Amino acid sequence: MEADPHLPRSAVIRERIQESPTVFTLRVQMEEGSPRPFRFSPGQFNMIGVFGVGEIPLSIVSDPLDVDFFDHTVRVLGRVTQAMSRLVPGDRLSVRGPFGNGWPMDEKRGRDIVLISGGLGCAPLVSVVNYVLRRRGDFGTLTVLHGVKNPGDLFWKDRFDRLNEGEGTRAFLTSDTGGPGWEGSVGPVTDLIPHLPLTPRTSAKICGPEPMMIATIKMLVERGIPEDELWISMERNMQCATGFCGHCQLGELFICQSGPVFRYSDMKTRLGIRGL
Amino acid sequence: MPEGSQGFLKRERLQDLFDLLVRFGFEPVGPRVQDGIIVYAPLSGPEDLPWGVRDLQDPGSYRIEPDLGERNFSWANGPQALKPFLFAPRDTLWESRRDISGPLSFSPLSPPNRRLAVIGVRSCDLAALSLQDRHFLKGPFPDPFYKARRQDLLLIAVDCSHPARTCFCASTGDGPEARSGFDLALGELDEGFLVRPGSDLGRTLLRELSLAPPAPGMEERLTAQTDHAASVQERHLPPGEFRHDLVSRPDHPHWAQIAARCLSCGNCTAVCPTCFCFSEREEPALDGHHSLHVREWDSCFTAGHSYLHPAPLREDTRVRYRQWLTHKLGTWHDQYGRSGCVGCGRCLTWCPVGIDFTDDLPRLLEDPDGG
Repeated sequence: MEADPHLPRSAVIRERIQESPTVFTLRVQMEEGSPRPFRFSPGQFNMIGVFGVGEIPLSIVSDPLDVDFFDHTVRVLGRVTQAMSRLVPGDRLSVRGPFGNGWPMDEKRGRDIVLISGGLGCAPLVSVVNYVLRRRGDFGTLTVLHGVKNPGDLFWKDRFDRLNEGEGTRAFLTSDTGGPGWEGSVGPVTDLIPHLPLTPRTSAKICGPEPMMIATIKMLVERGIPEDELWISMERNMQCATGFCGHCQLGELFICQSGPVFRYSDMKTRLGIRGL
Repeated sequence: MPEGSQGFLKRERLQDLFDLLVRFGFEPVGPRVQDGIIVYAPLSGPEDLPWGVRDLQDPGSYRIEPDLGERNFSWANGPQALKPFLFAPRDTLWESRRDISGPLSFSPLSPPNRRLAVIGVRSCDLAALSLQDRHFLKGPFPDPFYKARRQDLLLIAVDCSHPARTCFCASTGDGPEARSGFDLALGELDEGFLVRPGSDLGRTLLRELSLAPPAPGMEERLTAQTDHAASVQERHLPPGEFRHDLVSRPDHPHWAQIAARCLSCGNCTAVCPTCFCFSEREEPALDGHHSLHVREWDSCFTAGHSYLHPAPLREDTRVRYRQWLTHKLGTWHDQYGRSGCVGCGRCLTWCPVGIDFTDDLPRLLEDPDGG
């Protein structure tokens, strides 16, 4: 049974994890009457709704092998995320999805994976971290560069620490501002790129604010990574997720249909144009 | 009268057409004068149509006034197109229900089951309909509301004989003659209508009307009238392929000049027969157990349209107007294989400050560096 993209289904919250003062993760399970298992690819998103409040697009951060549940990590930003932050295990959400194309994972088997995230934009990449760790033998090295604005914005520190303990996996953290107890670098995430170990087998995925992605890509290209080995996840206002409402348009593209993941070489002419 | 050819319907027999539509289970909808404009509304009979009325349209201006003639369609389109009949200004998509415990439940809602026959559709609006069909029906998830309304729609077109000063359908290739996408088409002459079929249902209706063949000279007069309606149009789009130049200069200084006049009100997107944007929101009931999920027409001229925390991506009128026009005339080609403009001129007429993009386009296409 295919899920109707035009009608939500009920899901129950099984777990709620407070990741930082403003970030929380919900583990969600579809309820009776829904198509099972819930299948998706890393980088795809759901339209998640709070009863009586509204829907928002949220990237799926859990692994596709876990077919009985899925996780969304959310930062409290607006009306819907405020309401969502007050929900507890046993409460219900509405779910439409999954939507979008997701990261090209299968075709990157055997490659060295570099993930670079900045600002709030790491959720789509966390799904890739999980995916690679779960299939460690299928990929080469995994290197994560993650930048935050302030040390207090960092969450999942233990996960990043574990990457530095593992074989062939590394995480480098940086914060725009330093502070007591901050062990990572201080400065923008692009400061880390000159030290990034690159190989001819490197495939990079980048997610964050557009200026950060543009600066990052410029440096990676200068270091010799081909443009078609750079992948980015784009963000726009989304309401229908089915290619009708017009909010996610970027040039001739509807992000909900053609994206949110794009090869940089397909997107480069549209990046950095104010208001596009 | 041979099968498939034109018949002649005397004006006094218009009632027969209405009776036939009703007999076939359709609710006639068509132009009528209301509050000083010509709108599409339910019609009880030919007496509800405009009689001897003409319109005066200019950028930012619309008036109707009595005409000396007895025609029903001696005017150009009013503000409405077919759009509101198919893509409704407001639809309730589903109802959510929450009980004290247990799953949420969601009931899909469907549009009211009306079989509409729209009389007097112009060729520009048929072209727009075909574009909206592509948008709402040809993707991976056809829109159920649009689809339900579309399949029961009967279209009776009219060849345009009196284009407004704001019309430029001849330049977009979408008029003034109705060429396809209708069930029946009417060509209006002083004494009545030449009627031609455009579908199987149209052929059936035409047979039921049992019309006489046109008198000698009628078809020639209609052709001359339609040719005239094309040749008197004052406005046009720039010749040749200009979309790449339009899209590739986002910082052209003339965008700011248009923005200085534009109120960002969204009237152009509301009257545009091809604009399709909508927003979605919840309308919870006070009982705490029910909520309606509603969609309403939206406009790329609003701040909310491009909102991405913490601010609208398109932060000022310059980039909002640019988004609208570059989409309509540029990236629309990539999405739907043609321009999103059908030359109806509504966005000129109903712009409160009279922005006429056919006048601005040549300036937008001038090389800003003077090359």
